[in-house]
Amino acid sequence: MRRFKNKLALWIGALCAALAMIPLVSILYDVVKNGASSLNVDFLTSAPGVIGQAEGGIGPAIQGTLLLVGITIIMGVPLGVLSGIYLSEFGDNPVGRVIRFLNDVLAEFPSVVIGVVIFTLIVLTFKSFSVIAGALALSIIMLPIITRSTEESLKLIPNSIRDASMALGIRRWRTTLSVVLTTAKSGVVTGILLAIARVAGETAPLVFTILGSQYFFSGLNSPMDALPIRIYRLALLPYPYAQAQGWGAALVLILMVLVVNIGVRLATRGRLYTTRSRA
Amino acid sequence: MKHPSSDVFFKYGSLVFAASVIGVIALSMVVLVRGAFPALTTFGFRFLTGVDWDAAAGFGALPYILGTLVTASIAIIIGVPISLGIAIFLAEMAPDVIKVAVSNIIELLAAVPSIIYGLWGLYVLRVWVANYVQSPLQNSFGFLPIFSGTSYGLNFLTAGLILAIMIIPTVASISREVMVSVPVSQREAAYSVGATRWEVVRMSVLSYARSGIFGAAVLGLGRAVGETMAVTMVIGGATGASALPTSLFKPGQTMATILVNQLSEAESGSLQLAALLGIGLVLFAIAFGINIVAQLLVWRVLKVQAGAVE
Repeated sequence: MRRFKNKLALWIGALCAALAMIPLVSILYDVVKNGASSLNVDFLTSAPGVIGQAEGGIGPAIQGTLLLVGITIIMGVPLGVLSGIYLSEFGDNPVGRVIRFLNDVLAEFPSVVIGVVIFTLIVLTFKSFSVIAGALALSIIMLPIITRSTEESLKLIPNSIRDASMALGIRRWRTTLSVVLTTAKSGVVTGILLAIARVAGETAPLVFTILGSQYFFSGLNSPMDALPIRIYRLALLPYPYAQAQGWGAALVLILMVLVVNIGVRLATRGRLYTTRSRA
Repeated sequence: MKHPSSDVFFKYGSLVFAASVIGVIALSMVVLVRGAFPALTTFGFRFLTGVDWDAAAGFGALPYILGTLVTASIAIIIGVPISLGIAIFLAEMAPDVIKVAVSNIIELLAAVPSIIYGLWGLYVLRVWVANYVQSPLQNSFGFLPIFSGTSYGLNFLTAGLILAIMIIPTVASISREVMVSVPVSQREAAYSVGATRWEVVRMSVLSYARSGIFGAAVLGLGRAVGETMAVTMVIGGATGASALPTSLFKPGQTMATILVNQLSEAESGSLQLAALLGIGLVLFAIAFGINIVAQLLVWRVLKVQAGAVE
């Protein structure tokens, strides 16, 4: 009886794991099956056509996502890495603990709320949806993720390395930036890449910051398209061509995100890197 | 030891960046309270209990608050037991090869963007729910009010199901972490009196990791409460009294989805805009509370045990 219960528990566990994998398989299968037929150079580079006409593509959306992610990296990565440095190197005190705790809370925060805040603060104030507002929202989403992964990577560096550098008379800040950060480089970069993949797929905060658009880039203070928004808008249209284009855009987005994720996992395989990336 | 001034500058310079987290949270609170102020003063407490949603009758947030609670509850009821099964399987029972493969796949599940879950939910899961869950239930028990509703599959149940799928990676991976951190001595004590693997899990691991697992579930709840796009695409988007969750198979709305559906089109300075920001504020407060509790629970278990090992 006890052995039977043991076996039963094992099988129930395995069943749960199998059950959880069904959606992933189904999502990948449906995205590839329905999206592959849309993919061609014209679809990837041209602007959306007149609504209702089966024409056009997702050029502005791809441009917008790349641009947004670029600006977000410029704003969010230095901020996140420096915060991580503080927490790892100087954060062993009450102030550090409070910041670490709030950082973990912010990392779990609904991205839609961050979008609402930026909408109120930037879009309403300047009376215009803008690329800058979108990038600002994405930077705030990215910040706590990078802070945490940087801190965890730096903490894996043994103190002997810090001591060795300091013993040579190198100052603390040079030691941190040139020795500790360099040694922890792969972990820090991994965290940054995973954060980029995460924000590239964010949609809700973009709906009320960059809004979406039919046109290519026309200035940092105007509305702009992005892949997740384009997928959302296409899904709301009642035409079969829009559905096919939506799947096509989803295929492009999921390729971007999964290539980064799988690449990072392969590159760091076997290494001691156990950050709670999406925890 | 005397600190060179450049080092002092570096320390406090990086502190400024690190403290930006506090700034972001405080600023968000101020911005939302200020934006929602007109609605809060006009409707007072009725903002939380009202069900109307138009300029004439006023704006009440109750249907959306309940919508969030109902969809998140469905997600927890379905998602947490499955996550626990996975966590136990991965932490205690699976052979190493399977362990690595399964945990990688589960982490990829966490990496799929919400909008893609939404697209899949709209075209695949919704149809499945309509055909294989809704029709049989309505045919047999359609007289029960909680099974009444339209037959398109755009409803609370589909939204709850997609949320369940989306929280599984979070809850499973944190529960597993918590279980792995249970000291070996706890397990050995049980093994030494002849317990089977399952008995070890039940007696030493689960009882020891209880509060951490609860924390993982609460984190999952936080995820479910704040998740937006996937829910927006399958919940149907009703407003006003018709959005009250009286049936599983009815279109509804959550706090997050009404923001996506209406905020970008709300007129500047209108009461509707203030009401939407009020919903943002309620969502902020709920998410903040849930996450603080979750972090405290998970953090305590993981940190205390990490400390004990050192």
